[in-house]
Amino acid sequence: MNKLKQMNADQYKDRNYQNTRSLRNWTMAWTLSMAIAAFAPKYLWDFNIIISMAAIIISLVFGVGMLLSNRRYLRGLDEMQQRIMYDAMGLSLGVGLVVGLTYDLLEDIKLISFQPEIAHLVIIMCLTYLGGIIAGHRKFQ
Amino acid sequence: MKNRLKVLRAERDWTQAQLASALEVSRQTINAIEKGKFDPSLPLAFKAARLFDMAIEDIFQDEH
Repeated sequence: MNKLKQMNADQYKDRNYQNTRSLRNWTMAWTLSMAIAAFAPKYLWDFNIIISMAAIIISLVFGVGMLLSNRRYLRGLDEMQQRIMYDAMGLSLGVGLVVGLTYDLLEDIKLISFQPEIAHLVIIMCLTYLGGIIAGHRKFQ
Repeated sequence: MKNRLKVLRAERDWTQAQLASALEVSRQTINAIEKGKFDPSLPLAFKAARLFDMAIEDIFQDEH
């Protein structure tokens, strides 16, 4: 038990908690900046080019911050959690590619009458990622 | 790969959470290793060996 006490017992939990909180904050900031960049030009500043460009740049900066935070989060996970995440990401990327191209093809060959939306693909990828994470946790339970 | 992690932990009266903290992994990972559902990497296996003051092969054995 002495050996356990000698070690910084909560190091993994603490680091994980900090990384998760950081990722949450960056994701919220990016989502908010995207919403501002998407809707504010119409409702707040009447498509002023300078302000719109500033909003886009701010959104990109927050996006990069979120990506770096996500990388730090993933690197902070232990090896099994990392494997679950990477498996889920691989699945999500594959499904996104196959479903995305097929979805686009449907419109090209007139099987659907509406324009394919990128948002639909993002939703599919998010759901696949979530499903992959749940399946990964169940696999190692 | 078989391992004696559960037995060694029980002999020392450690919980999965305590062992997880000492090895800097999650409790779920310790549980998966003990059940043989996840094979640890060499660095993690060495870390466990150092913690238990044992050789790696005394904790982890190849099933083949």
